[in-house]
Amino acid sequence: MSAAQWRRAMNSAATAAAPTTARPAPSARPASPSAPGVDVIATPTWLSRLAARIRLRHLVVLAAVVLYPFVASPFFTYQIGAQSLALGLIALSLTFLGGYGGMVSLAQMTIAGLAGYLVAIFGTSSMVSISLGWPWWLAVPFALLGATVFAAAVGWLSVRTEGIYTIMITLAIGVAFFYLAQQNYTVFNGFQGLSKIAAPELAGIDFREPVGFYFVALGCALAGYFLVKHLVRAPFGVALQGIRDNPRRMESLGYHVTAHRVAAYAVAGLLAAVGGVLMVWYNGRISPGTVNLAQMISILVIAVLGGMKHPIGAFVGAVVYVLLQNFAIDLFVRERFNLVIGGVFLAIVLFSPDGLLGLWAKLRSSLGRPEISHQKRRPQ
Amino acid sequence: MREQRKKIALWLLFAGPIAVFSVWAVVDNAPLYFKTLLNGLTLASLYFLVASGFTLVFGLMRNVNLAHGSLYLLGAYVGWIVGENTGSWLLAVAAGFLSAAVLGLLMQVFIFRFMEGQDLRQTLVTIGLAIVFADLMLWAFGGEIYTFDPPAWIYGSTVLPVVEKFPTYRIAVLLAAIVIGIGLWSFLARTRIGMMIRAGVDDRGMLAASGVNVQLIFAVTFAIGAGLAGLAGVVGGTALSISPGEDTRYLLASLVVVIVGGMGSVVGASIGALLIGLAEQFGLAYAPTYSVVFTFVIMVVALAFRPRGIMGRAA
Repeated sequence: MSAAQWRRAMNSAATAAAPTTARPAPSARPASPSAPGVDVIATPTWLSRLAARIRLRHLVVLAAVVLYPFVASPFFTYQIGAQSLALGLIALSLTFLGGYGGMVSLAQMTIAGLAGYLVAIFGTSSMVSISLGWPWWLAVPFALLGATVFAAAVGWLSVRTEGIYTIMITLAIGVAFFYLAQQNYTVFNGFQGLSKIAAPELAGIDFREPVGFYFVALGCALAGYFLVKHLVRAPFGVALQGIRDNPRRMESLGYHVTAHRVAAYAVAGLLAAVGGVLMVWYNGRISPGTVNLAQMISILVIAVLGGMKHPIGAFVGAVVYVLLQNFAIDLFVRERFNLVIGGVFLAIVLFSPDGLLGLWAKLRSSLGRPEISHQKRRPQ
Repeated sequence: MREQRKKIALWLLFAGPIAVFSVWAVVDNAPLYFKTLLNGLTLASLYFLVASGFTLVFGLMRNVNLAHGSLYLLGAYVGWIVGENTGSWLLAVAAGFLSAAVLGLLMQVFIFRFMEGQDLRQTLVTIGLAIVFADLMLWAFGGEIYTFDPPAWIYGSTVLPVVEKFPTYRIAVLLAAIVIGIGLWSFLARTRIGMMIRAGVDDRGMLAASGVNVQLIFAVTFAIGAGLAGLAGVVGGTALSISPGEDTRYLLASLVVVIVGGMGSVVGASIGALLIGLAEQFGLAYAPTYSVVFTFVIMVVALAFRPRGIMGRAA
């Protein structure tokens, strides 16, 4: 063990707080991000506990996202709203993996893309020779399953090494998948990809309509968001955060580090796969361009832009990213979008590593408001 | 004894199918086989040139420089301008090396020096830089494909046994890579500064404690690593061509080569480059639509048996 590693080990041993390494019993839960005092309230019914957690800002945000399609134009509902939600869901999978598991994977877009391809292959598309023509309620679960299994395999492969290796291995996997999709014509239809993949119609609501699709995306995004919120407080999530902070200690406490990490990849894979299915319905087509390096990185950009310390960051980042994508090029030089987004990303990484959420927290504390508790997940 | 038997079994497992395939391919179509072999070696030498810089920088600074592909492309473009204006290919190679080396030096001195030990943040910065560089180069040079003319003395083709005609330039690339590889190895193994770099790879803190100016060593290493990418840009641009998107290709190649070969090891980079270069060319020749899969399988197998790469050691 080198000196640097010792130093790191000592530092992390000093800062890693007891709650994360203690056996996660319900009573030893870390303070809730949104309501610091929730553990003090010992009301037995779940309803009042839920009510105690809800703050005004939650209701405001919820009302805003539900009412949004009724006031916004179809363009804003579909291009901005629904796309942000789908991209945000994929970025959320990275936030979960990176922020809570300490594993930054660049392959999340690949997993989403695979789910999209699988929907096209199992379901219907313009390529009759490739698509199997299953109904959507059969194609989608199998696509999600396939992508989740693939994500677990990616996880199993990349957790064999640690730290910064993860980003390289997942990057290599993602780029290899892109080249495979581009070269292969028997399954992926090469450069052209698969098109005419329509969102289904259910109970009289047409998912192809902006408003209908928006609510599907919103439902998936909310489900994903609350799943992550729940998981990071559940024993599994707490153990995962313990592994992030000090894998050795967790191992000696009897936790199976590899199994937890692979499971985290699988959960993140499921989230990304749902996002991928939404994306393919949104675009109506899928091609290697959906999973190329730029798209893989854009997911990382979104997650880092918003901030990886809280699940909402993924959606904040997605909204900013989509707005920039649609409007920044009008203000700036045309077709220099990558320059703008690259510059914004660099500025965030260089000056505010916690993303926009970090900036927000700084702003609040400088205005004299008490710092939001979720910025410090563990007592220092 | 058991370890040894296991080793032999592993060798048989991997070498067996390759030997069977080789015998079949030679009997079936010998010129194609040997031509593919030579092409694979040429590609391997290009990959080695790019990846050796990448692995050197990672080994010493733990910096995964994902802008390495951009340095390759920058070297190629600058070399092209110099080559067009002076008419000298050798000057173009020198310009490719220098421009990338200077950019690498600037990156180390102005950015990475201030975030030492923050692996993830450094990597994110290199991603941001890669996006910005790629777009700036697209802006400046457009989407056209540029090609170099190699100098007259290595232009044309050489007649070799079995293969018959083979481009002389590719043989020159192969020889150049071998020379540069040996040069790099002796620089690391025989010179004082090379010794310091090796010491830094093993234990950065100890090197600093013994009074070496670590920042200087870092800057030199980053410049050499980046310069090699730029040099490879001109050499590779002559063998193939330069266009936007090449940065991704060579970044992937460097990544896979060092994952397979082991981070921070120049010998590992050469082994990895050989495996990947050959696998890619044989894949293209014998199973065109699945050639990427071979690269990927090699990576998976390497990770499954040696998580830190063939020549890698625990960091």
